[in-house]
Amino acid sequence: MTATEESRQSPEADGRTPILRARGLVKSYGSLMALDGTDFDLYPGEILAVIGDNGAGKSSLIKVLSGAITPDEGTVELDGKPVRFSSPVDARRAGIETVYQDLAVAPAMDIAENLFMGREVRRPGVLGSVFRMIDKKRMAAESRAHMSDLKIGIRSMKQLVETLSGGQRQGVAVARSAAFAHHVVIMDEPTAALGVKETGMVLDLIRSVRDRGLPVILISHNMPNVFEVADRVHIQRLGRRIAVIKPHEFTMSDAVAIMTGAMAGEKVTDEKIVDPT
Amino acid sequence: MTATATTPGEVAADTRRRISVGSVISTLGPLMALLLACAYFSVKSDRFLTGNTLSLIVQQTAVVGVLAIGQTIVILTGGIDLSNGVIMAFGNIMVTRLAVVSGFNPYAAIAIALTVTTLFGLTNGVLVTALRLPPFIVTLGMYSIAFALTRIYGHQQSVPNLPSELTWLGKTFDVGGTAVSYGSILMLALFVIAWFVLRQTAAGRHVYALGGNPEGARLSGIRTRRVLLCVYASAGFLYGIAALLLVARTQVGDVNAGLTDNLESITAVVIGGTSLFGGRGTVIGTLIGALIVSVIRAGLTLTGVEPTYQVLITGILVIAAVGVDQFARRRSA
Repeated sequence: MTATEESRQSPEADGRTPILRARGLVKSYGSLMALDGTDFDLYPGEILAVIGDNGAGKSSLIKVLSGAITPDEGTVELDGKPVRFSSPVDARRAGIETVYQDLAVAPAMDIAENLFMGREVRRPGVLGSVFRMIDKKRMAAESRAHMSDLKIGIRSMKQLVETLSGGQRQGVAVARSAAFAHHVVIMDEPTAALGVKETGMVLDLIRSVRDRGLPVILISHNMPNVFEVADRVHIQRLGRRIAVIKPHEFTMSDAVAIMTGAMAGEKVTDEKIVDPT
Repeated sequence: MTATATTPGEVAADTRRRISVGSVISTLGPLMALLLACAYFSVKSDRFLTGNTLSLIVQQTAVVGVLAIGQTIVILTGGIDLSNGVIMAFGNIMVTRLAVVSGFNPYAAIAIALTVTTLFGLTNGVLVTALRLPPFIVTLGMYSIAFALTRIYGHQQSVPNLPSELTWLGKTFDVGGTAVSYGSILMLALFVIAWFVLRQTAAGRHVYALGGNPEGARLSGIRTRRVLLCVYASAGFLYGIAALLLVARTQVGDVNAGLTDNLESITAVVIGGTSLFGGRGTVIGTLIGALIVSVIRAGLTLTGVEPTYQVLITGILVIAAVGVDQFARRRSA
């Protein structure tokens, strides 16, 4: 497979502009280069997996995209416009929601409260403006709608998150991101702590999010998961994007070989994506 | 959909049954204990279940109750406040000295004292948020500082002969033959306000979110430092109100006040089912917790039992309450 072939067959790269694009990201911690000129492209309507060995700069890349760290050099563009996030809140305001590995949910609060954490809806009229009352009914109704959109079968939004299973909690975290993201959902190792059944459920959730029109960036160590669900796979090595592959054109061992440097990644990388000029 | 995936609904079915026994106990437990204690003393003494005894119990709960509201909101964020009783003592000495010794208008004295206790609370909050010091250490230090300042400013002297503006909260009015103090009404009103803010407003929900998952709350866009500052400052304001209630009840500015009220307020909070780990608990529970302590004290006095038993029973209740909380947490882990 050559670079030109890949780009011809790739519908994402076919004249469409990436929704999220980064060029030449550099981030160093002292003498350690976490990111050494990484590029990144996410196209509308896709699930893009990001894989890489430990220390390849995978998590630094995601932290830059989700606003948790600012790069030393390089640019990030959202919908063609340059952006610069100084905090995760900035990224969220721009429409990039992140589902964190350690689940940013409050266990003693109910599902609706978790979905609307930090974005509570106030009651209309005086009750809301003067007494600052929150609209619990509306938040419960909207939560129910979001949860059923993603086919998460929990009936009561009053259920405390601590009474849910690991997969259901992940469902709450994903539903929260999907409900408020208007551009991108980033998921950091969403299946890491889950059993087989629940992993399947979360993979379905990821597809549901994409099918609702939100592109998803999936960071995962789990190759079978990545190959099952991703439309494209961004392979990170030594602080750079070394290749972007399509799962059905490569085997898992190819991917691992590229990741570890046993197979030359440059050959499979779409040059148009790497250097659009 | 792969063969291994199940529909989420199937998984949901078996968790619905697990709605934790622990959380039910920690919610209804304190109320049951209060009713049991009341029932017991009603049987033991026919003077217990009278309007005047019950009114007196509420009145005696007022000072610790209001301190415990502040303590509850601090503990809900995962903190603790060891300095509340002595901040109240400083407010108590300040309001009385300003009005009596310095000749301020009593209302101005009240306003200044409330401002100063609020600043004490705010200082705790700044130290906790800006320097990221543990609340236990910050408020332990503040305990000594406020204690010393109370004595220095108070010149080791009590302040008697208070103007009536400072004592009217201790006065009573008649409700169907029962004397009810204004202080009791103020305390109950503050509990209702605190309940409303914590339950029904975004700010209140942020307090719970912050206590339940600080990092998660921050990532959700909650300005966690601001919430913490507001919590500690509001607590300081409440300690000022407690100072006014104390002045009204004792009719004197007392440099030795408030030395053990920190522990008494923590006791009320814990018996009321609020978790010392934060994010879990209610201010209504705290009211019940404070009332339980007062009911036991009043009941034992009425039945002629040595008062030391009240301390013994309170100790057992504290341990039982924390035990239930731990049980609830373990079930939900």
